[in-house]
Amino acid sequence: MATLAQAIRLALHYGETHLGVTDVFGQDVGPPLGGVFTCSQGLKTAWNTPLDERGIVGTALGIAYAGGKPVAEIQFCDYIYNCIDLLKLCGNAHWSSAGEYHVPLVLMTPVGAGIHGSMYHSHSFESIASHIQGWTIVMPSNAKDAYGLLLSAIADPNPVLFMAPKGLMRAKGDELIPGEPADERQLHQMIDAPVGDRSHWQPDWPPVEDYRVPFGQARTVRAGRDLTVVSYGRQLVQCAAVALDLAADGIDAEVLDLRTIYPWDEAAVFASVRKTGRLLVVNEDTEITNFGEHVLRRVTDACFYDLLAPPQLLAGLDVPGVGLAWGYEKHSVPQPDTIAAAMRALAALRA
Amino acid sequence: MQPTLPVHNRSDDTVLTPTFVPGPSDARWMPPALDAALQVRLHDLMVKARATEEMLIRMMRTGHGYFWIGGPGEEAYGAALGLLVHKGHGPAYDYLHLHYRSSAVVLAMGSEPIDLLRQMRSTVTDPYSKGRNFVNHFAIKPWNVVPVTPTIETQYLMAPGTALMQRRHGGIGCSIVTGGDAGSAEGDFYSAMNWSTRPGSELPVLMLVAQNGYGISTEASTVQNTPHLHQRADGFRIRNARVDGNDPIASWHALVEAMDYVRHERKPFVLQVNCSRLYGHSSSSGANRHDEPDCVQLYEKRLVDDGLATQTELKLVWDKWNSLLSDALKVVVAEPMPGKEHVLQHVWYRGPAGN
Repeated sequence: MATLAQAIRLALHYGETHLGVTDVFGQDVGPPLGGVFTCSQGLKTAWNTPLDERGIVGTALGIAYAGGKPVAEIQFCDYIYNCIDLLKLCGNAHWSSAGEYHVPLVLMTPVGAGIHGSMYHSHSFESIASHIQGWTIVMPSNAKDAYGLLLSAIADPNPVLFMAPKGLMRAKGDELIPGEPADERQLHQMIDAPVGDRSHWQPDWPPVEDYRVPFGQARTVRAGRDLTVVSYGRQLVQCAAVALDLAADGIDAEVLDLRTIYPWDEAAVFASVRKTGRLLVVNEDTEITNFGEHVLRRVTDACFYDLLAPPQLLAGLDVPGVGLAWGYEKHSVPQPDTIAAAMRALAALRA
Repeated sequence: MQPTLPVHNRSDDTVLTPTFVPGPSDARWMPPALDAALQVRLHDLMVKARATEEMLIRMMRTGHGYFWIGGPGEEAYGAALGLLVHKGHGPAYDYLHLHYRSSAVVLAMGSEPIDLLRQMRSTVTDPYSKGRNFVNHFAIKPWNVVPVTPTIETQYLMAPGTALMQRRHGGIGCSIVTGGDAGSAEGDFYSAMNWSTRPGSELPVLMLVAQNGYGISTEASTVQNTPHLHQRADGFRIRNARVDGNDPIASWHALVEAMDYVRHERKPFVLQVNCSRLYGHSSSSGANRHDEPDCVQLYEKRLVDDGLATQTELKLVWDKWNSLLSDALKVVVAEPMPGKEHVLQHVWYRGPAGN
């Protein structure tokens, strides 16, 4: 099965051959590296930029204005903060110009902890991103969804922020992408650049097919009756594993992968909460004005009389960063044990 | 004398006749000759812009608008630039990344003053933003005028993107970006020069810096140690020049030279235009008249001295535009304002892809 990084690469290849992608660019995105996570190896439209995040976003906006279809990358979301005003311009151009212009661009950026990335390779960004209007914001938790969400992002005529959980970049999927070879060694030989000299290497792309994950459509990863767990990205994987463990103890959790953070699938979440009466949102962004707090507020408004216990949020601690030593990360970012404790506590709570 | 400029009709998708019709790809760009008729037309366009701006200020003072910001003092080079733009839609034509003192540019291109009045009053008929943005924040897709933003200097970052598409397209289209001297302190100014000069990927970007000596209320000389901003381009080996932006004839020739280079060499050019700021930064500082050289007055004296116009003829030009603006104001004040039903319009684009 393809890894999440390979899935992104396959989607970009499909995008530049079938969906009109004109440019895949960013720091180290072009050859020889093809992206720090290898997501853009072998692409015909990939090119390297100056190490200039504002220039990357501004140029993407210009390309979009001139009829191109750019997919730009900020190498880590930790370095996107100096682009906030540009992200706002991308998101408000259609509204501020009274519908005259629109901005068909995709901005990719790896997010989150889980790779011993220290203070500046571990940030989460979805909560801040959700305050920047006019963007669709997605985060996959597996390779097939990464492929399908990225194709939807490329095909969309509005700006889309594609956040890839860096802790999952090497994680293999458990479902084939349409057109993906069943033998993962074959896929490796076809599309992974060799170590060392790559100057004469060319990928042998498999015939991947059109597959879209619609925006705003959550996926029920595990059905359950006792509580609803809403998550996305790397934390979704942890939540699903914990839910499986707790089932042996008689706690039957329903786990939803939001996939699209904005616009999020309110209907699916509300339906699940109305069934279970309990909600736990799990993410690793810092907890103050966390996107999960918005989910809790909406659920409280819409499902108040169905709730059996106060809705809960398990998020990153409100500290300035994720420290390098494992003790810092373990005690500031949700881990399987803290997720399990939160699920047990919620299952036992009564309103 | 009646206005003879093309009308920008926003009610349809008509692509207006471009100023220049491109010939074969190897043909030289040929600007119009700056003959006597065109010199008189430049004056007409400068007055069109000045009269419009002064009407906007009056509107602000009489309760017909919340806030004014604009470009009195930038009419000379602005009118010349507007006439020299290769006007049309798509990468074959020029892209314009303008700052909010660019009324003379778009009015010389053919915009109607009434549309600026609409944006000043924030009517729902404002074609540039439907009453959402300050005046002089244009967005004119048929002419490649991308949305003007209040964020200082971000327009410089977008120009390499449109220029990249023009480099691929071929032809003579270039990306023109304007800004002020204060904004050049932002790193975005340097980003634009860097992105436009990547070895082997040089881009057709014409960067204009209007040096009026102020950044809002701060004198530029107290915060920037560069008397001639265009020389910063030397560090990027970008061809550059400086011109008296209060002189439309000198500005015309400087722009022609710069554009000819950018269009045919497909490389960037930085042009510093020294000009006045006649009504301050905005209405936040009162929008009162400042005692600085007035490019319109200077040019009128020159036209008379050169025998190209009489005082009577010049007065007729002012009367024409002031009369048109007075009539336009009567129309605008009767037009509807945005309401609840307009708030959610245009949050998302749902049409076909591609700009």
